[in-house]
Amino acid sequence: MITAPVTVPEREHYLNASYGLKSWLLTKDHKRIALLYLATITFFFFLGGLFAVMIRLELLTPQGDMVQSETYNKLFTMHGVNMVFFFLLPAIPATLGNFLVPLMIGARDLAFPKLNLASWYIFTIGGLFTLYALLSGGVDTGWTFYTPYSTTYSNSFVIATALGIFIAGFSSILTGLNFIVTIHRMRAPGLTWFRLPLFIWSHYAASLIMVLGTPVIAVTIVLLAAERAFHIGIFDPAIGGDPVLFQHLFWFYSHPAVYIMILPAMAVISELVAASARKRVYGYEFVAYASVAIAVFGFLVWGHHMFVSGQSVYAGLVFSVLSYLVAVPSAVKVFNWTATLHKGSIALETPMLYTFGFIGLFTIGGMTGLFVAALGLDVHVHDTYFVVAHFHYIMVGGTIMAYLGGLHFWWPKITGRMYPEILAKLSALVVFIGFNLTFFPQFILGYLGMPRRYHAYPDEFQVLNVMSTAGASILAVGYLLPMCYFIWSLRYGKIAPDNPWGAVGLEWQTLSPPPVENFDEIPIVTHEAYDYVSLPNGSVTPKKEANVR
Amino acid sequence: MSAEAHGAVFHAPRAHQFDTAEQQKDASTLGMWLFLVTEIMFFSGLFCCYLVYRWFYPEAFAAASHHLDVALGGFNTAVLICSSLTMVLAVNASQAGKRRALVAFLILTILLGGVFLGVKAVEWHHKYVDHHIPGPSFHFEGPNARQAQLFFSLYFVMTGLHALHMVIGIGLLTVLTVQARRGKFTPTYNTPVDMCGLYWHFVDLIWIFLFPLLYLIDRHTK
Repeated sequence: MITAPVTVPEREHYLNASYGLKSWLLTKDHKRIALLYLATITFFFFLGGLFAVMIRLELLTPQGDMVQSETYNKLFTMHGVNMVFFFLLPAIPATLGNFLVPLMIGARDLAFPKLNLASWYIFTIGGLFTLYALLSGGVDTGWTFYTPYSTTYSNSFVIATALGIFIAGFSSILTGLNFIVTIHRMRAPGLTWFRLPLFIWSHYAASLIMVLGTPVIAVTIVLLAAERAFHIGIFDPAIGGDPVLFQHLFWFYSHPAVYIMILPAMAVISELVAASARKRVYGYEFVAYASVAIAVFGFLVWGHHMFVSGQSVYAGLVFSVLSYLVAVPSAVKVFNWTATLHKGSIALETPMLYTFGFIGLFTIGGMTGLFVAALGLDVHVHDTYFVVAHFHYIMVGGTIMAYLGGLHFWWPKITGRMYPEILAKLSALVVFIGFNLTFFPQFILGYLGMPRRYHAYPDEFQVLNVMSTAGASILAVGYLLPMCYFIWSLRYGKIAPDNPWGAVGLEWQTLSPPPVENFDEIPIVTHEAYDYVSLPNGSVTPKKEANVR
Repeated sequence: MSAEAHGAVFHAPRAHQFDTAEQQKDASTLGMWLFLVTEIMFFSGLFCCYLVYRWFYPEAFAAASHHLDVALGGFNTAVLICSSLTMVLAVNASQAGKRRALVAFLILTILLGGVFLGVKAVEWHHKYVDHHIPGPSFHFEGPNARQAQLFFSLYFVMTGLHALHMVIGIGLLTVLTVQARRGKFTPTYNTPVDMCGLYWHFVDLIWIFLFPLLYLIDRHTK
């Protein structure tokens, strides 16, 4: 595959405007900060993946033979903490979102560039705290930090890990705040709310959750750390404290956090569907409102994590009904994407393959979500591999599929290079097969009663576990491949045209890679998003029109 | 994007990403209000804990609350309300371009904040002397000793986090004072003073809720 490096004709853009470590570490350019985030979260992704590999290896045999149960507790905890807080939450908003929000709304940068850079530093410092906890011996409470185990009994590095999450939370808050202000105040002339790409709507909804939810987990962590460090006992049953209160506070954030992970993924999919089908997203307004509805409902369903925690039956009923309600806007999105594809001229390039993967897997993940939202059925599958499979279908089958699809779609814009198409299609297929082989057996395992968080299991579960482990190794290949050919493409990839997909978003109207201030001239928007009928070539603003301003 | 155009948000009326100074001010104001919303959510977690436990253990909360010093708490409430007034006057002076008045009111606000923290420290010391600090050495006379510890845990976390916000506020105001002395703020550019004013009022407002919730439980019975 090695060919001679392709040289670029010299033109100033955000990547070559300045050089050196300092020009990156002190940059206020949202595009460079997006790449800083990309590097950081890729590190945490592979770190979290390493723990997943060890978990799957341990579960290859029914005996607990590779690691002791204490070590296993630490493995799944560190897998969860790394993946949730240091990969999935920032994955799409902090990289693709950071890069694309200003470009899509025709702005020169986010409203607060310094804050944006600060948020990356805060995130990195939080990550270092968690790494410190990891290197000193790890943490074994599960990523949920349930009290009183985490406050009183656990003999591991709870405070350092919790502090890392606390600190990283502020980067999430600042990113959300920056997005909301930017979307409100920085839109290009003519870009009304209902001309915005759905990417922006979904990021707006996700930002609302970041801003409203994250502070609650922050204060919960403060209470947890204070109780562990100073024995002040806010959740300590010995002095009348209530451990279930901790669960309420924890899930008040951590359930909406699921929507911080999935809404940006939906954002990406809306763009990919429209561009690949060359059609306006069917029922644009409904998809836009569905994003906001998911954000609102998302705050009202946290109790469905506590059906068996001693919560009252009536509370359980209400939470169950509200959880069903979340399925409505989610289904609206899935149906509308499918309707968009209907009679579209679909281009089956890599981003579209990931989109198909997302729609299918997210639907399975969402439907099994209805199973676990049912009070009766949840008693049966609670704390089993059924739940594990369900949320991995959402998180991995949904978010990571969309993340990879988005990376492929916007890679030409980000780097100015094309990725190798055939290899990319192949790895999309590998990811899809590996994913299903890993997680589908876990639905069956859970339904048959295999509990989560044990390192040994009865012999009859072995076949399905071996399938799952085999799938995980295929999945690992599927994730390593894109990393290799993306890096390869930086030097050897074909030079990307400004608009390789013929898409109509504003980000495609500027150069690839974009200039430092994104646009030579701020565009004036005269069409709604995805107007492929009147703009068949994907050109939103003819140059002359842009000069009017 | 040259360094001087970018690094000088304070000097330059307008940073490069904005079209107009008005857009910049709008963005800052919206950003600040959103930040205050996150602060409200942050304290809401604590208020929620307070609500649940007070509802569980009303007698213990009342008994423990009677050990707080209403006179000192009331005095501090008055001090903070006065500091909000001086803060408003500082914002007003910056809008009118009165530099000396701005500096004077900022210093007055800082002093009042300092008085509040001083009184708070005295109160905390009283709790220390009385063994009302939660933990192994906690001691409380009465039938609800264990649950009273919950009250004091919440008392220390809530007033502690509030005091932390006060310290941050005093730090911000100190920076503002130095900048104001150098004449950084003009009637057309005073956004930082305005924003810090919003923050200061928010911190005051939190105390306005904390004072009755913590100090004034069941006072009419004794």
